[in-house]
Parts: sequence; structure tokens; C-alpha cells
Amino acid sequence: MKLWLAKQRYLIDFTLASLARRKTRNLGLLAVYTVLVFMLSSVTLYTHALRQEAARVLTASPEVIVQRMVAGRHDLIPPGYIEKVGRIRGVQKIEGRLWGYYYDAVTKANYTFMVPAENAPVAGEIVVGPALERSRGLAKNNGISFRSYSGKLHSFIVADVLPQASELISADLVLMSEASFRAFFDYPVGHYTDIALSVANPQEVRNVALKLAAALPDARPILRDEVLRTYASIYDWREGIVLALLSAAILAFGILAWEKASGLSAEEKREIGILKAIGWETGDVIKMKFWEGLLISLTAFLAGFVAAYVHVFHFAAALFEPVLKGWAVLYPRFQLTPHIDGLQVATLFFFTVVPYAAAVLVPIWKAAITDPDSVMRS
Amino acid sequence: MIEVTGIRKAFNQGRDNEYWALDGIDLHIEAKKVTALRGPSGSGKTTLLTIVGCLARPTEGRVHLLGEDISGLPERFLTEIRRKRFGFIFQQFNLIKGLTALDNIILPAYPTGRPRHELLARAEELLAGLKLGHRRDAKVEWLSGGEQQRVAICRALINDPEVVIADEPTANLDTHLAGEFMGILENLADQDRTILLTSHDPLVVESSVVHRVVDMRDGKLIVHG
Ligand SMILES: Nc1ncnc2c1ncn2[C@@H]1O[C@H](COP(=O)(O)OP(=O)(O)OP(=O)(O)O)[C@@H](O)[C@H]1O
Ligand SMILES: [Mg+2]
Repeated sequence: MKLWLAKQRYLIDFTLASLARRKTRNLGLLAVYTVLVFMLSSVTLYTHALRQEAARVLTASPEVIVQRMVAGRHDLIPPGYIEKVGRIRGVQKIEGRLWGYYYDAVTKANYTFMVPAENAPVAGEIVVGPALERSRGLAKNNGISFRSYSGKLHSFIVADVLPQASELISADLVLMSEASFRAFFDYPVGHYTDIALSVANPQEVRNVALKLAAALPDARPILRDEVLRTYASIYDWREGIVLALLSAAILAFGILAWEKASGLSAEEKREIGILKAIGWETGDVIKMKFWEGLLISLTAFLAGFVAAYVHVFHFAAALFEPVLKGWAVLYPRFQLTPHIDGLQVATLFFFTVVPYAAAVLVPIWKAAITDPDSVMRS
Repeated sequence: MIEVTGIRKAFNQGRDNEYWALDGIDLHIEAKKVTALRGPSGSGKTTLLTIVGCLARPTEGRVHLLGEDISGLPERFLTEIRRKRFGFIFQQFNLIKGLTALDNIILPAYPTGRPRHELLARAEELLAGLKLGHRRDAKVEWLSGGEQQRVAICRALINDPEVVIADEPTANLDTHLAGEFMGILENLADQDRTILLTSHDPLVVESSVVHRVVDMRDGKLIVHG
């Protein structure tokens, strides 16, 4: 045991020395490797976090949303409509919602104006999400004016700023009173944007939707389950792109590994020959090289993964923005909740460290099993 | 000590450029003696050294070490024999660049698992013996040819081998250094080591240190008389 330990220590010492000897080459390798791990990890961390976030937001949303369609377009809910919907059997809670998008020319961003179901601000006051706090430099008790679509300026006092929540949707939110909302968007009294309802028996959701569509032909019920499915398909499509990215990275990685595999330098071969000639066993040589590969790949893995974590959760995956822009349609602005999944890390590890270590071993093994007589003739 | 019988060695066997570098060698290398192989370039001296030193296997023939047939042993055992019984001094020295003299010297002792401080002490002792103690921490690529060779000699001796094998040990040295090497060789012989070397340097083969000179030509031994 002591002997074994002494041998391993020596081997690691030698490995470190041998890594240091080819500093430039190994640093270059480390850099390329780290970048690849960084890309792979960024992509996986990002998609995973998005999925989680979307799932969280959706579970908080109503089971059914009813929109009214006129000429194929989403139109306002007229007075009396809510009562009609409420008469359908199975509908438990029903509530007309008021919300709309506002394009802020100053920051070139979309805000979601909304009247909350509970605790709405008093008329003339608003509560803003952290995105506005940031982009417009708003704080409590500041005043702000928005120009409505009719051209009139509406001034508000910021009553509060929403806490930096994990919910995607809160960031660009502007909450206001019903009166302010109706005045701003010119919504006549009794009209609503859409209707949110819940169903007594979750099993009945589909039935209720069918009855709804039969009773009110211009109603379009949107089921949370369906939204989930739509999102899932969008996610899948995104993931297609991501997968393409991923395979590109894996390919690059493969090339790197292959390059390394086929590119055992003459110097390295000579060294292997010398070590064997002076009495190193094949296994020792391979172990030494294995440590070398493992050190490089582990360092690259750790560095790449940590960098990816910072990239995704602190810089909102800024580098992927051009590719994954479509997300912004779903959620104009969002903050991802840092999250690490053990299985995910293991998968990444498996796809980056293991193939490299394996690819590196093949040529080493080949060199290590040949007769070392060539050292006599170098 | 070592007995080879009917050794033949082919390179690129079965191909167009098949070449028989050794063609039927019978040789007995006596223990505790200095044996020199002499012959023109290409006569197969180095090839024979690789076979005696278990660095390569003969295509045909047998190798006996202390009466035991080692020709058929698996690589693992040959490695162990190389490590325990042989010390090699290569013509090109074959030190590992980037490592210090001391680290190079203790390299063959790694698989023995002896404690590092013990090895370093032994390596320093060997270096001091060859008047190179002051260069112990120098990277080997910065050493002169003669210094490199002395490091290579120390490396060959770290595991205290019974047999020392040296290929053209004076080929890369000037006359003065070659003379010094002969002094070292004499010392090794005095320590009762078995020494096998190749050389066409008269300074070596005509020296009184060498007990026996074996002539080679075209992969065969020339039998005198
Ligand atoms: N790996 C090899 N493949 C093909 N031919 C080889 C190989 N190694 C040696 N030879 C040939 O075998 C012959 C003997 O070579 P060897 O090196 O044993 O000669 P030598 O007596 O040591 O010569 P020198 O005095 O020049 O060192 C040479 O003709 C050489 O070209
Ligand atoms: Mg030769």
C-alpha cells in the first residue's frame, strides 16, 4: 500500500513536471478545450433553466383563458360576455382581465400594462417591475409619463417597485388601477382584454372548453395544457437549434480529440520509448499519460463549466442572444434562476472528459506497447 | 551471464524491404567482464545490443540470462529484467528534456517505489562521484555533451544493475572526455559489473579495460583463428 502510494505520488509529480515542460502547447489545448466545454455547458444550462422558468410561470397561470376573436383577430370582451361564460356548467371562478402591451420609445422596449386582480394601485399611481426600475431609472415616488396610443400624455407616480422575483413575467410589468388603464388604452367600461377562469374539476377542462366553444362561437378558449404543449414545441424547436450548436461543438471536440489522438509528437514518442527502455512498465506509461489527460480535461471542464454558469445566470446568456432571440417573444425580459442539476453535470462531464481521456489513451497505448529498441537509434 | 544462440533478426519481415540485420549469432557474454562489439557501420552491433538488453525480441534464436531462457517471456517480465538487471547508456544519451539532472537520474527507479529522498540521495552520490554534483539542479538540455553523458551514466546506475550496456559511448565525446569515460568504465569494471559495449573507437577497443573484443560483419560474428 505504501509502495503503491509512493508510486502514485511520483507519477503525479512526473506528470505535472511533464505538463509544465510543454507549457505553451498544453495551455493552448486547455484554452480550446475550455471554450468547448463553456459552449456546451452554456447551452445546456440555458435551455434547462428556461424550461424550469416557463414551467414555474405557467403553473401560476389560470387553467383556461378565453379570448374573443373577431375576423380572426383577438378583440375586446364586450359587456355581458363574462356572464354568458359564467353560466357554463363546470366553470368555477371567472374574472375579466385587463392588460396590454405598451411600446416605450425611450428605451425601445415593450412593457406589459396590467390591472392586477388584487391590491391594484390607486388611480394615478403605478407599481413597476425591476426592468423599468433599471432602464428608466425609476424609484419610489418618482413621476413618469407615458404617451398613450391616442397621443395623450398620462402621468403616474411610482408607488412601488416590484421585488426582483424569479418569475419571468414580472420584470417589465406596470401595474395600475382599472380607471387608469381604461383611460390610457381607451377601454370602454365593461370591456375586458380576456377572461381567466378556473374549472371545478381539472378532468373537465376539455369538456368545459368544448361547451364554451359551442355556446359562444367567437370565443377562443386557451387551455393551460395546450399552452404548455405549444411552449414545449417551441422549446423543442429551440432545442433543435441548440442541438445543432451542440453537435457543432461536439464535432469540434471530436476533431480536437482526434488531433490529439493522432498527433503524438515525435518528442512524446521518444519519451515513451525512453521510459520503457529504462524499465517503466507499459501500464506506468499509460497511467502517467492518463493523469496528464485527466488533469487537462478536468481543469478545462471546471473552468468551462464555471464560466458557462456565470455567462448564463449573471449575464443572461448574452452570447446566445442572436441565436435564441425568439424567446423574447414569450417573455420580453427575464432573469433566470441559477440552477444546477446533478444529472446534467454528469452528462456534460461524460461527453467532454471521457471521450478526450479515451481518445488520448489509444495512441499512447499503441506507442507504449511497441518495443523500445528505437531509442537506441534516435 | 548472458548467452545468445542462433540469433537472427529481420526488419520489415515479409515485405519488399525485408532486411536481416543479424544472421545467426552465438555469443556468450561473461559475467564481470568488459566485452566490446566492434564492426563497420551497419554490421548489426546496435541491433545485437537491443536484443541482449531485452529492448527487442529476436526473430529467431534464444536468449539466456543466468541460465534462464528469457526469449519467450511476456513484455512485463522483460521490463522488469531491464529495470532490475540492466543499465543503459545510449549513444544519444536520451535524457528527458525539461527535467533536471537529478530527476532524470531517478527516473528508472520510479517503478521500484523506493522513497524519493532515498533516491535523490543516491543520485547525488552518483553525480558527485562523476564530479557533476554542482549541476544537479540544471535542466539537462543546458548541459554539455560530456555532462549529459555523465548524467546518463548515473541514470544507468541508479538501480545498481549487474549489467551495463553502452552503445558507442565515446562517439559524441572529444578525446579528452572519451579518456574520462574510460576512467569511469574502469571503475564500473572494478565494481564487478558485466559490461557490454559497442565501439569502433580504438581508444575503447584497444584499452586494457576491455577484456574481450568481438568483431562483427554483415550481421555475423567473425570468429578469430
Ligand atoms: N528499424 C529498422 N528498420 C529497418 N532496418 C533497420 C532498422 N534498424 C536497423 N536497421 C538496419 O539494420 C542494419 C544494422 O543496423 P545496426 O544499427 O545494428 O548497425 P550498427 O552496427 O549499430 O551500425 P553503426 O555502427 O552505424 O551504429 C543496418 O543496415 C540498418 O539499416
Ligand atoms: Mg549502432
